This record gives sequence, C-alpha cells and structure tokens, in this order.
Amino acid sequence: MINKIVKSTEDAVKGIFDGAVVMIGGFGEAGSPIELIHALIDQGAKNLTVISNNTGSGHVGLAALIEQKRVSKMICSFPRTSNSTVFPDLYAKGEIELELVPQGTLAERIRAGGAGIPAFYTPTSVHTPLAEGKENRVFNHQTYVLEYGIKADFSLVKCKAADRYGNLIYNKTARNFGPVMCTAAEITIVQTSRVVELGKIDPENVVTPGIFVSRVVEVSNPVHESKLVFENRTYP
Amino acid sequence: MKNTNVKKGWNRDEIAQKVALDIPDGAYVNLGIGMPELVADFIPKGREVIYHTENGLLGMGPVPEQGQEDPELINAGKKNVTSIKGACYFHHADSFTMIRGKHIDICVLGVLQVAENGDLANWSTGQKGAVPSVGGAMDLVAGVKTILVITKHTTKDGQPKIVKNCTYPLTGKSVVKRIYSDLAILDVTEKGLFVRELAPGIDFDYLQKQTGAKLHEYELE
Repeated sequence: MINKIVKSTEDAVKGIFDGAVVMIGGFGEAGSPIELIHALIDQGAKNLTVISNNTGSGHVGLAALIEQKRVSKMICSFPRTSNSTVFPDLYAKGEIELELVPQGTLAERIRAGGAGIPAFYTPTSVHTPLAEGKENRVFNHQTYVLEYGIKADFSLVKCKAADRYGNLIYNKTARNFGPVMCTAAEITIVQTSRVVELGKIDPENVVTPGIFVSRVVEVSNPVHESKLVFENRTYP
Repeated sequence: MKNTNVKKGWNRDEIAQKVALDIPDGAYVNLGIGMPELVADFIPKGREVIYHTENGLLGMGPVPEQGQEDPELINAGKKNVTSIKGACYFHHADSFTMIRGKHIDICVLGVLQVAENGDLANWSTGQKGAVPSVGGAMDLVAGVKTILVITKHTTKDGQPKIVKNCTYPLTGKSVVKRIYSDLAILDVTEKGLFVRELAPGIDFDYLQKQTGAKLHEYELE
C-alpha cells in the first residue's frame, strides 16, 4: 500500500543532513512552508544550501533558519525584500554566500533539473553581469547564455490539498515554485492544509502528480508569515 | 527662480495615461513594480487588457477592499491583489514560459538608466556591499515582445536618466522601444532617440539639455 502521509512535521523533515541542498517553495510569504521550515530548525541540519526565490522576512520561517546560521549558501532571485534584514546583515558581514539567478532562469533551472535536462540556453541575462564567465552561443543571430539544470536533496513545499498518493493542488499564487520544486528533489516533502481521500481531487485538476512527492504532512491552519512579522514573532 | 505658474511637464498620472493610450485592446501586459502599476488605472474604456504577474497569475484584478486581502493572492511586488473572472493560476516555469517564450505583448518597467540604443539598467546601482536583487527583470526584457519604460526624465539631483551609455549594470541590451518621461515621449530607433511628443511647456532645446544623449526630431511629412 502506498501511503505518503506522515504524522508530524518532525517526521516529515527526518533525514535532512548537514550540507544538504534544500529547495524551499514560496514567493514572499505566499507558498512558504513555514511549519516545515520551523521543523527543520528544530531538527538541526546545518551548512545547508537553500534554493528559494527570497530570503524570508522578519525572524520566522526562512529568515529564522538563516538567522540560526544553518544556511551557508542561498540561491535566489530577490534576496532583498521588505522586512528582510537577516540575510542582508549576514551578507554584508560576508557570513553567507549568494548565487543570484534571474527569476525565470531559476524556475527553468529547477524545471530542467526535474526533467533530466542538464543545461539549456536562454537569452535572459546576456550582456549583463549575471552572464559573466558563462558560455555564450548564437542561434539565429541571437546570443544566448548557457545555464545548468539544478537539483536538490530535499524540497519543502506547501499546498492546499493532498491525497495519500501525493497528488497535490495549490492555493492561488501560493503555487509559484511548488510544482517545479516537487520534481527536482530526491525527497519532496509537502505540507498540506488538508489531506483528502483518493479520488477527491479530480484527476483533471491534479497540479502535481503524486509520483513527484515523497512525504505529506497535514498542517491544517498554517500560519502566515506577514502576521508573525507584524506581531514581531521570532522562531524558535 | 523657476516660474511655477506655467504648467511644465506631465505628472505621474499623466505619464501613466500616455502609456495606457498606447496599449491596444486584447493585449497581454506585465506591469513592473511602482510607477508602471499606475498604467492600469488609465486604460481607455472599451479596451480589454489582461494583466500578467510573474508570480503566477494571468487576469490580475485591482487591489482588494480592506479586510478582503488574501496573503496567498499577491502580485510580483508582493502586494495583495484580486483575480478577475476568467483568470488563471500557474506555476513559475509556466509563468516564465509566457515571458521568455515571447507570449506577453507589452511590459512596462521603471528605470535607473536607459541608453539611446535601448540598453536598460533597472536592477542594481552596482554599489559595493549592497545586496543585489534581480527578480524577473532580466527575463522580462529578454522575452516580452515590446518593452516600454516610464521614468522621471532626470534623477532627484538633476542628472539625466536617459543617457548615451548606461553606467549602471545592464538589465538587458537594446531592449527598450519607447520611453515615457515627465517631459516627453521618446522612440528608441536604430538611428537614435526620436522625440514623439513633448509635454506641455517643454521645448526641444530644454529637453535636449535634460538628456544625456542626442535627440532627433521627426521630419514633418
């Protein structure tokens, strides 16, 4: 029998090891799997490389993981957002590494990683500092830059509903990086607002097919980062 | 002392209105953060325009009423928005397929500097120690069919933002098609910058003095 449902966020993040590459879903707070990130803080893995669009805000979620000095490198497109001070401070002190990637290139590198595509050419960033040192190639009189597919050991993703096969649907713009990150990790860990019976998600409407998902944990009333930041909350 | 009684130039709303007039019925449009967002308020009645926001929504609607905000329904600027009837959500790879695959018709962006050949710098001042953040800017300029920019003609201390060569790090090379400023509308062409329209109270010589690149006048037919 296939049952990807685990009992707790603690069980969900088991096995994440020191030095692991971890993709974390979310665009700003939308889709950020706060409860899984907090479980990862409790779990203790360190020296992580984290791939996520932003670097979190306030002192909760991804920002808290970074503040605990558990992340040695961030791969992201927009590390400097409002209420984001933890990453900028550590970066200014030279205590965390940054690989800056254009947002679409980041999404495509993850998609490629999940699809078994080692590299691809894109016009994005050609003739800019972000293309320096990268291979250029001309197709049909236009210059393209070589970018590599990217994979992770673990992905942490948030969704709205999941069944025990790991089929997922998302909520509005919280979908963002979730579906591609699910495809690109050895072990994909999902927190869902609701676990539903098999068949409850119309097969026509499944966004992430269960084959891409390893573990699912129900977090029925997920907290919102903006609310925690507004309340000046910290984690742990 | 400047004479403040005579109207000179366009205000932010008026510039946004000028951009809006150039967006045709049926266009798929991505509006950058800040001043570009104003453009949506001025689309002429009768035109149907679909707004794309790169975090994963086609059919973005206006700001929600107070109390109706949903933290999981936001735009690329991470502000609360709504979705219109007929809207759809999608993941990031699809969203940037729309951008990078040249499916979006028009993108309106803000500017740090724009050069006479259409080079755009709008993501970084290259300052040492600053945290660089690029987001989707480089994808948009590389992939959207038409790039329009909206900007004050000069910086707060009077330095030209429209220049011969950008000194800030580029977002993209030769990508801007038209510049809308508080003083004029400029077309970027292979022969340089052409003045399409002057704002009230602005003449060509004054505009040239405020611009870091050579301007050209269209010859009257």
